[in-house]
Amino acid sequence: MMILNASGCLDALTAPTIARSLDAFVTKTVTPLPREGNAPPRIAEVEHGMLNSIGLANPGIDRFLSHTLPRLGELGVQVWVSVGGFATADYADLCDRLDDRPEVAVIELNVSCPNVDDVPASVGEIVGAARAATRKPLYTKLSPATADIAEVALAAQKAGTDGLSMVNTILGLALDGRTLRPCLSRGAGGLSGPALKPIALAAVYACYAATGLPIVGMGGITSGRDALEFVAAGAPSVALGTILFSDPTAPGRIRVELANEIGQLGVGELDNVIGLAHAKPPGPSEISSRTAAVSG
Amino acid sequence: MQRAQVEVTGSEQVGPYTLLHVARGGLDPGIPGQFFMLEAPGRPLPRPMSLCLAPPGELAFLIDAIGSGTRALCALQPGDELAILGPLGNGYRLDVERPLLLGGGIGVAPLPYLSESLGRPPAVLGFRSEGHAEAARLVPNAEVVIEPTYVTAAIPAGHDVLACGPEPMLAAVALLEPGAQLAWEAPMACGYGACYGCAVELDGELKRLCVEGPVLPAEAIAA
Repeated sequence: MMILNASGCLDALTAPTIARSLDAFVTKTVTPLPREGNAPPRIAEVEHGMLNSIGLANPGIDRFLSHTLPRLGELGVQVWVSVGGFATADYADLCDRLDDRPEVAVIELNVSCPNVDDVPASVGEIVGAARAATRKPLYTKLSPATADIAEVALAAQKAGTDGLSMVNTILGLALDGRTLRPCLSRGAGGLSGPALKPIALAAVYACYAATGLPIVGMGGITSGRDALEFVAAGAPSVALGTILFSDPTAPGRIRVELANEIGQLGVGELDNVIGLAHAKPPGPSEISSRTAAVSG
Repeated sequence: MQRAQVEVTGSEQVGPYTLLHVARGGLDPGIPGQFFMLEAPGRPLPRPMSLCLAPPGELAFLIDAIGSGTRALCALQPGDELAILGPLGNGYRLDVERPLLLGGGIGVAPLPYLSESLGRPPAVLGFRSEGHAEAARLVPNAEVVIEPTYVTAAIPAGHDVLACGPEPMLAAVALLEPGAQLAWEAPMACGYGACYGCAVELDGELKRLCVEGPVLPAEAIAA
């Protein structure tokens, strides 16, 4: 069981203590060229969550490799590097350049940012190209905004992904109370926080059943109970996003709460919970015998 | 920065604003101009508030109830608890020879603590109405102007200006006083550099206000 941050929800270099409270730190998505991101305002609170339209602000791969990665490597926490591109070749190039860097434990392929206009190629094609470019473990970050996410996950699996990170945010819109114009300069933005949790759970549930791949589950986790539900749906690890903004102590707190939840459940180890939601419900005979035992 | 669960010790009306007192809870009050993220009860995100006063054992924040989060904060009662994180960001440089404080509206919030730290220097405060100007009582040695007069019409010459207020005021001050220190604000989800929400254009680039500011030299922001 690992607790990570969701990509783009923590800067380990400005908040190293919080990064070290995680089992692994996931970088903000790195792209081939530097990106300033979208114009402000680029965050807005909504009921039960928030919208962001940051737009992959990052220093670009050259500066990331020369300046950021060496410093991340000194933090003493496992580093996952999230990469994003605008064509299949971008992903291959980024993976190729990260391949021989010892600081990198895992590469996460962000094939699902909702805040950029350029739509990349198919997930299978990207994963295949990345796979050919690196020996590092690959996790593919999926969007819930698709008709059949299990099909996308299967395509990623066939192309050689080692695991899945899910889910990315899903587009939402908030309007200013007075002007009825979008709160974000870009218009819509990625919805995260508790509002995303049922959508994320459904995605994890479907992809675990379809692929059996290791999953990092994320989307609105704020408590140990939430994390437990992701584990039961099929994610042996979880990532924290929006909750880090309001509670940077969340990794430690959720770890303790999760241990308590497991204890109360009486199932022994956490491993026994992985995929529990997929277990067959008790059959009629079991139910009737339980009922009899209760009433008797 | 530290995070603590603290108790509300008082809440008083100052004109249309609310001065919320909380127990210090072991938190460092920080440098004037730094800020704290206050848990807004019932809301997903906390709200950034500069420290207004640091009485012994307490921290106090001046809040304008303009939205769901600030309304929830202003509704807090003594005995209620909330989580606060801070101090965050960069405050004012206090190595100034002839300080003059300028405040506009709710932008007077960091000035009482700043005034105490600088030995109660003169201040010019601007408000949109007499009612709002009640907040001037929190700042010693303050001259008050009411719209349509602006603080920029009342800046005496030869001072080191430290200002906080609405963007148009800060932009106007920056033109008149290029050496001024200005405290800006921006929507923020985290306050500690994680969310990248508070981007502002600094030296021609988008940078995080919570990391670079919120207090910045006047020449840094392209007004």
